Amino acid sequence: MYLYFMASVIDQRQEHIEDEFAKMGDWMEKYEYIISLGKELDALDPADKVDDNLIKGCQSRVWLNAKQGINGEVIFTADSDAIITKGLAALMIRVLSNAPASDIASAKLFFLDRIGLNTHLSPTRSNGLQSMVKQMKLYGLVFMAKG
Amino acid sequence: MTSSLFDVQAIRAQFPILSREVNGKPLAYFDSAASAHKPQSVIDTQSRYLAETHSNIHRGVHALAQEATEAYEASREKVRAHIGAESTREILFVGGTTDGINLVAQTWGRTNLGSGDCIVLTRMEHHSNIVPWQMLALEMGFDIHVVELNEDGTLDAEMFDAHLARKPKLVAFTHVSNALGTVNDAKYWTERSHAAGATVLVDGAQSVPHLQVDVKDLDVDFYMFSGHKTYGPTGIGVLYGKEALLDAMPPYRGGGEMIGSVSFENGTTYNELPYKFEAGTPHISGGITLGSAIDWMNAVGVAAITAHEHELTQHAHAQLGDIEGLRFYGTAPCKAGVVSFLVDGIHPYDLGTLLDQLGIAVRTGHHCTEPLMDKLGIPGTVRASFGAYNTLDEIDRLAEGVARASSMLR
Ligand SMILES: Cc1ncc(COP(=O)(O)O)c(C=O)c1O
Repeated sequence: MYLYFMASVIDQRQEHIEDEFAKMGDWMEKYEYIISLGKELDALDPADKVDDNLIKGCQSRVWLNAKQGINGEVIFTADSDAIITKGLAALMIRVLSNAPASDIASAKLFFLDRIGLNTHLSPTRSNGLQSMVKQMKLYGLVFMAKG
Repeated sequence: MTSSLFDVQAIRAQFPILSREVNGKPLAYFDSAASAHKPQSVIDTQSRYLAETHSNIHRGVHALAQEATEAYEASREKVRAHIGAESTREILFVGGTTDGINLVAQTWGRTNLGSGDCIVLTRMEHHSNIVPWQMLALEMGFDIHVVELNEDGTLDAEMFDAHLARKPKLVAFTHVSNALGTVNDAKYWTERSHAAGATVLVDGAQSVPHLQVDVKDLDVDFYMFSGHKTYGPTGIGVLYGKEALLDAMPPYRGGGEMIGSVSFENGTTYNELPYKFEAGTPHISGGITLGSAIDWMNAVGVAAITAHEHELTQHAHAQLGDIEGLRFYGTAPCKAGVVSFLVDGIHPYDLGTLLDQLGIAVRTGHHCTEPLMDKLGIPGTVRASFGAYNTLDEIDRLAEGVARASSMLR
């Protein structure tokens, strides 16, 4: 008999990112990667780039939108006027988007510590990232309640 | 010219923090406008005071209280001499520039400004020279008129004069802009404001660290600066006020030290200047250490610091100016210690983050001058600000860093 501990899709994605970061050299290289994620992030629908979707607590402006896919999964889109911030948003989207609402709401984002992002970011950026995560989890809760 | 006057390596050697590494790179610190670092002599004064002298002042009969009081008052005298005030009665120790402005607003402002009156501020003021007046205006019902700026970040003189024609009760402006580096002609505008009948407050937070200031020559009525930007400690600053004005002002905060005598039956009388405005146990170690920071600046020579920083500013403009898409904010002919810029299509916050990776500390954002940034239509700038300890090589590093970061971010 084999016993499988099914890691959630969110945890699998986090581990994947961890592996990617482990291969990189100094933080300049890691930032280069984050910047490239920012550049590649799908554009936010202009209709969603509204003040209602702004996240408070960031030095740069961040818009975050969430909607539900056909199978009930939550789909996030985001944009920012700062490219590193946008890259961080892209990283969070890679981890949390396209996942069940309940998984998002209860996700433990261990990768932020493991790739050193939590300790490395400046306090203002770190606060911004925390606000982003909080907002994404809040969406998870909201969509859970909607069922 | 400065190199012969000024041995910057010898200066740097006096600042322990400058030998630190940041993100594996030697620290290049370009955020002195936010707060300057401290030379060893200042650090020693503070620890020696705490280790050998500390006691409460102005009240004890014992030797330590005597020594601490003498050191604190000696420091007040150093400040007086440094900014050219007539008497130590005009030198109030306060928490900093912000605290000094609030003191003037809540005492002089509360007794002199009312409905139907107006005051004049400028577009380049730091929030600390805006918000205290807005708060008071809400209560007292006076108007605030704002002097706008020219393209290069100098004051619009015509508009300034037009506002003076409204006979403002107060004109309050910064001597040096923390966001643009503009040095305002404080003497000229003080004279014109006086001629219009106004009382004049000048914010010296960014001038005392860089320029020789003489309050008597400027003829300003109120002037304030912060210890932590002048190579001294946080939590201490100076408010200069002309004696006649200070005398006529009601006290700010009540408590010990600021009283003559206290009585439930016969009422309370207040102490003489400057103690009338220094309620409670003051920041004794801060006051004493600030004196040592002033000693340090004088030992190096304020004129030499000014000249050295001028060379740094020129060099920064020349080096950064070559970078594609870089635009300066603040190109006044007379600038002190600040270079503010943006690179086309790049958020200042991103640039600041990558510079930090390279060990280069700059400030990004609105620099507590939101009305100015809004008017310029930008979210903020990247600001490199200089102190006596910065070098031309560091500025080359800054320019290389900005070029490298910009190509990554584009
Ligand atoms: C021009 C100006 N005024 C006032 C202040 C406020 O000084 P503090 O925070 O020390 O009270 C600053 C500090 O950045 C400043 O640059």
